[in-house]
Amino acid sequence: MSALIIEAAGPAITLQDGGRHGYLRYGFTAAGPMDPLMHATANRAAGAPLDAAAIEISTGGVTVAVEGGPVGLALASTGFRIALDGEPLPAAVALTLEPGRSLVVRAGDIGSWGYLAVQGRLDLAPVLGSLATHTRSGVGGLDGRGLAAGDRLPVAEPRAGEVSPHRLIVPWLDRNPETIRVVLGPQDDYFAPDQIAAFLAGPWTVSPRGDRMACFLDGTPLKHAKGHDIVSDGVAMGAIQVPGNGLPIILMADRQSTGGYPKIATVIGPDLGRLAQVRGGTRIAFWAVSVADAVAARRAEAEFLRGPVPREPVVRTDFSSDFLLGLNLVDGVTDGRGWGYDHR
Amino acid sequence: MSAPRLLDAGEAALIVEFGTTVDPALSDRVLALDEALAADPPQGLRERVPTYRSLMLHYDPLVLDRARLADHVMRLAGNAAERAGAASLWTLPCCYDAPHGEDVAELAGRAGLSPEAVVALHAGATYRVYMYGFAPGFAYLGGLPKDLATPRRASPRPPHPRNAVVVGGGLAAVATVPMPTGWYVVGATPSRLYAPERAESFFVAAGDAIRFEPVDAATFDALTAREASGERVARKGATA
Repeated sequence: MSALIIEAAGPAITLQDGGRHGYLRYGFTAAGPMDPLMHATANRAAGAPLDAAAIEISTGGVTVAVEGGPVGLALASTGFRIALDGEPLPAAVALTLEPGRSLVVRAGDIGSWGYLAVQGRLDLAPVLGSLATHTRSGVGGLDGRGLAAGDRLPVAEPRAGEVSPHRLIVPWLDRNPETIRVVLGPQDDYFAPDQIAAFLAGPWTVSPRGDRMACFLDGTPLKHAKGHDIVSDGVAMGAIQVPGNGLPIILMADRQSTGGYPKIATVIGPDLGRLAQVRGGTRIAFWAVSVADAVAARRAEAEFLRGPVPREPVVRTDFSSDFLLGLNLVDGVTDGRGWGYDHR
Repeated sequence: MSAPRLLDAGEAALIVEFGTTVDPALSDRVLALDEALAADPPQGLRERVPTYRSLMLHYDPLVLDRARLADHVMRLAGNAAERAGAASLWTLPCCYDAPHGEDVAELAGRAGLSPEAVVALHAGATYRVYMYGFAPGFAYLGGLPKDLATPRRASPRPPHPRNAVVVGGGLAAVATVPMPTGWYVVGATPSRLYAPERAESFFVAAGDAIRFEPVDAATFDALTAREASGERVARKGATA
């Protein structure tokens, strides 16, 4: 059987499908992709179901080969550095990987996550109906952990893809990270109007210590009007909780299912990926929209993925030596393990 | 009985809030609505998450309109004052002895009790499962005897093993996944509230009741082996 072989992997490289849904009521978070739109785009380009399992690639980078036969792949990223046997490729590309060749994916100047989808199906045993990896509870993907050098991922029903690499034309992935849209609440009444305004205006600096669980913001602390403890209630992906120190924490794919801090606002679904792609040190602000506006944005996003992903053959261009020098593994990125912080 | 508040958590989740406190009566209303929605779910409703005092509804807003969901919820909330289904009582074996009851002596010291009294109080109570949260199968239990209510540690203790039985503040819990915690570890249960490979991965529902039955370390080991072979060692019903 054909298989993907992980030749090298930085930290926090995991398999993610659309998420393990249906178990929030048992304390089990769905996990799933940090950037759902980019994940779905990679799968669409590979001709796979939008919620199929794909490799989520952190800035740690990954090197992939195949055995047993050629496998078509689609890689979606913005700004990552991609090379096939040393030949540079676009950051979003469809190609066929032949045995004996290596696809190298490394972080570039922008973007935090990329997705590698297969033409075929990653043939691993799901847990509770899903391959999504949740490393904190050791579930999903390959033994509930991040991918590492030497791992072998069997591919069922593999199909060869493009004979030559094709650039994916995916302008919807070029998203402005500076303003993130939110719906206020569910506990915006724990904050006075001037604090809501201060929250929206920011600017907030995204902390480099974020991971799949949460995005931490630095800036002028917010003041609570009614204390910073609430009796725990449910937490959506994108919930922005404000703990006692007044610095917002945005809860992401590996968040806990419930929490006990007031949540001033919730990032709308279509902007979750935009936020997830922001690197540490970036300044952001928020823009409050209505539920109806957020649903309209969701509807527009769904349109991008309705048809095949447009593509064009890659024309060989000159890549700088900076590019080639950049193709080394990044060290010291968080591995996403450990429970981090306790906000019960 | 006041109508619940509806709070948006983004465009794909709605919180039905019955109150803001830990209260069995609020929890009953949450669980009654949860049951009513299970029996009569609008298309596009994805998940229902009961908490102490609210029910969170995750939905697909491209299928289910927010206004239609709100109407549906308020209609059911008006009708569903009481739970239709009967709650189960589960008996979970619990070893309070070394090496499992790591923090019994420390908790006894803080509570001004003997270690034996701590165990007797903990094992003598019947707990209500309010909700799950924090980690897979992590069940928050109300009904801790007042004499065992102790503020949580200011800084967390090192990670405990799987299926630790813990107390903290006025609550008890079964902590399924190893992690650092400010709670006190009073024992361990061989029963797995969460077992992903088991056909029924989770068997205790919010609203159920739990009692802990003291067992010695040898029995704990034997029951752990039976649980590992696929048996479910928790018993439905009260202790003899």
